[in-house]
Parts: sequence; structure tokens; C-alpha cells
Amino acid sequence: MSLPAEVWEAFTSPFNDGWGQTRTHVELSAAALGLATAAGLALGVLCAKIGRGAAFVVITVSNLGRTVPTFAVIALVLAVSSLGFWPAVIGLFGLGVPPILLNTYTGIRGVDPGAVEASRGMGLTPPQILTRVELPLSIPLIFAGIRTSAVQIVATAALAGLVGVGGLGVIVQSGLSNSQTDVLLAGAIPIALLAVLAEALFGTAQWLLTPKGLRLARRSAPRRPRRTM
Amino acid sequence: MAEIRWEWISRNADEIQARTIEHLALVSVSTALAVAIAIPIGVAVRGRRIPFATATGVAGILYTIPSLAMFAFLLPIFGIGFTPAVVGLVLYALLILIRNTAVGLEDVPPSVREASVGMGLTPWQVLTKVELPLALPAIMAGIRLATVSTVGIATVAVLIGGGGLGSLIYSDGIQRALFLTPILVGAVCATVMAIVLDLLLVLAERLLTPWARARGAR
Repeated sequence: MSLPAEVWEAFTSPFNDGWGQTRTHVELSAAALGLATAAGLALGVLCAKIGRGAAFVVITVSNLGRTVPTFAVIALVLAVSSLGFWPAVIGLFGLGVPPILLNTYTGIRGVDPGAVEASRGMGLTPPQILTRVELPLSIPLIFAGIRTSAVQIVATAALAGLVGVGGLGVIVQSGLSNSQTDVLLAGAIPIALLAVLAEALFGTAQWLLTPKGLRLARRSAPRRPRRTM
Repeated sequence: MAEIRWEWISRNADEIQARTIEHLALVSVSTALAVAIAIPIGVAVRGRRIPFATATGVAGILYTIPSLAMFAFLLPIFGIGFTPAVVGLVLYALLILIRNTAVGLEDVPPSVREASVGMGLTPWQVLTKVELPLALPAIMAGIRLATVSTVGIATVAVLIGGGGLGSLIYSDGIQRALFLTPILVGAVCATVMAIVLDLLLVLAERLLTPWARARGAR
């Protein structure tokens, strides 16, 4: 049998349960991403409204998220709680919040003050300013954060599978411990495809949701800002 | 709440040290290789839209592939051990390094470039004596990000025989019924290593760009 055929055999075999593990993997990732987006947005808006004082918190959280190895984080969370679906979701959620939090905070803080003043002058209340001006203008950045988190979560969910939680990492683990290349690839290829899919999906969503005005502005802006000597 | 077994740490201090050095070797070799590969590519594609998009596109796809999958792909080709681990780590570092090098070089003001040509410098001299030094902050920023991320990804290298701190997390921790202490030790050591390396690189940048300090002091 050729390698692709072997890999497909391994994937669909009832022992490895490729489709079932894919479903679990997607469920883990979707749950974690959903929670992370909700928390990241809420906290990001909160910190943006608090202002300078919150900047330290946001930056620290973001740095921690980037510096502590994700493998260690997921292993820690599972070791401290238990080997199950929701503990894994919590671990993945923790990893997914920092990019969304940072980008929401940065996006809202970076909104043109002139635009905010203009909308206040037009009679919008603060909640309306948030939902009709600040958030829409921050969408490109926020979605960039969600994109980063999505890929990060899908990747770390694979590691969670390695630990035994479920998901495609389980198949990779099986292939590793039995030195079976076809099983190994039967797990690894779907993981890679899911990550690329997540990146493409959210990239497209980001592009679609960017208010047309911003898209035009970006296209007509000078290609690179020139630093003065 | 699981507890920390301090005796485990003192009993295994030798292994912890060996794994830390292994991890350091993985990170330094990979980052050095990645820089050696990425800077020429960044130089080659700077200012040219399609080559830049192609290089960053390919590197971007490599970056998106989860490390577990990437190492799994490299296993049938390179086997297990140091080599496949380094190959994987290099591939991950390429995106940020190529992008920062190209953008850093593009940001050099055209007037500066013109002035150096006017002074009689050859294109090679312009690159090495003017453009690259001016692009150094951007390149160093990329090296810092790449180094910190490599420390993290290298923890997964244990799965293909690459050793390093991931060994504490996986072989001593996860595979022993999720034994907490080695996992925590691995996590802390890796985090500290990332922070220390980042600080060292900041220091290196300060030393390599004395003109930036002088300008700030004025």
C-alpha cells in the first residue's frame, strides 16, 4: 500500500477513530476560543477604559503568555486538576486570552481621539461610542488577536491530546509510542490542516469585518512610514 | 491541590542541569542557524513586493503548523535526535526573522542610501556599513522574539528525541502519571531561560548600537 493510503487507513481505523478525535479536537478548541474571546474582549475593554493603570497588567499578562511554554502550561493545568475535557478547555482558555486581551486593549486605546470626540459631539452615549465607534475601528486588531489565539489553541490542543485528554494528539502519541509512521501522520496531518484552516478562516473573517473605510485607508496609506534621521 | 516534592528536585539536580544545558544548545544552535538563513533572505526580498510576499507566505505557513505536527513530519525524514529538533525550530523562527530583516532594511531613509552612494560606497558597502547597522534594532527585535518563542517550542522537541527541558515535563512528568514537580521545574526553568536570554539580547543590542544611545543622551 502506498503511504497516503496507509495514512488514510490508519486515520479511519476504529482503533484510532480519526473522525471522532477530530471532532473532539474541534470541540476543545472551539470551547476554549469562545471563552477566551468573551473574556479577552471584556477584559480588554475594561482595561482600556481604566487607562494607564491597567497597561501594566495587560503587558504583563501578554508577556507571560508569550514567555511560558504552552506545553508546560497545559501539562501544569492538567496535572493540577485532572485529565478531562473541561480542565483542558480551561488550560487552553488561559493560553488564548492574552493575544485577544492585548489587541482589544491596544485597539481601543489607539482609536483616534478625534473620532471619539466627534461622536460625543453627535450625541452618542459612552456605551454607544464603544459599540458604534471604538469597537468597529478596533476590529482588524481584535480579529488579528483572535486569529493568533485560534492557531495557538488548535496547536496546544494537540499537545493536550498527547497528554491523553482526547483529540488528534492522541493519535500522534499512539504513532510515536509504537513507531508507526502511518499512524503518526494520520494524526499530524489533520492537526496541521486544522491550524491552517483556522488561520484562513479568521483571516477571511477579519478582512470581511473590517469596515470598508479602514480597508480603503490602509490601501491608500503610504507603504512604509519613514523614520526621520 | 497537588504538592511539590522538593526532594525530587535535590535528588535530580544533575539531570535538571543537564537538560537545561541541552535546551540551551537546542535554542542557540537553532536561532543562530535561523538568523544565518533569514538575514540573506530578508536582504534579497527587501522592497520587492512579490518575493517578500512569497518568502513571508511560505515562512508563515510553516509558522502556522503546530509544533507537534511539524516534528511529526520531520521524524520520517530526519529520524530522532538533535537534528530534526533543530530543523523544526529553525523553520519556526524564519517568519519573524525574515520579516523583521526585510522591513528593517526597507525603513532606511532613501536619503541616507543616496548619500552613501554619493560618497562612493559600493552596493555591498552600502548594505554592510549603512543599511544593516541602521536596520539592527528591527533585526534584534526579531531575534529576541524568535529566541523566546524557540525556548517555548523546544519543550516539544523531547517527543522526537531532542531532549531539553521538555524531557522534565514529558518523560519525568506526564509519563509518570502527571507528576507535578518535574513539570513545574521544567516550566520555571524554561521561563527563566527565556527571560534571561531576552535580557542578554537587549544588552547586546545596546552594545551594538552605540549611536542610538548617544542620540538619546543629547
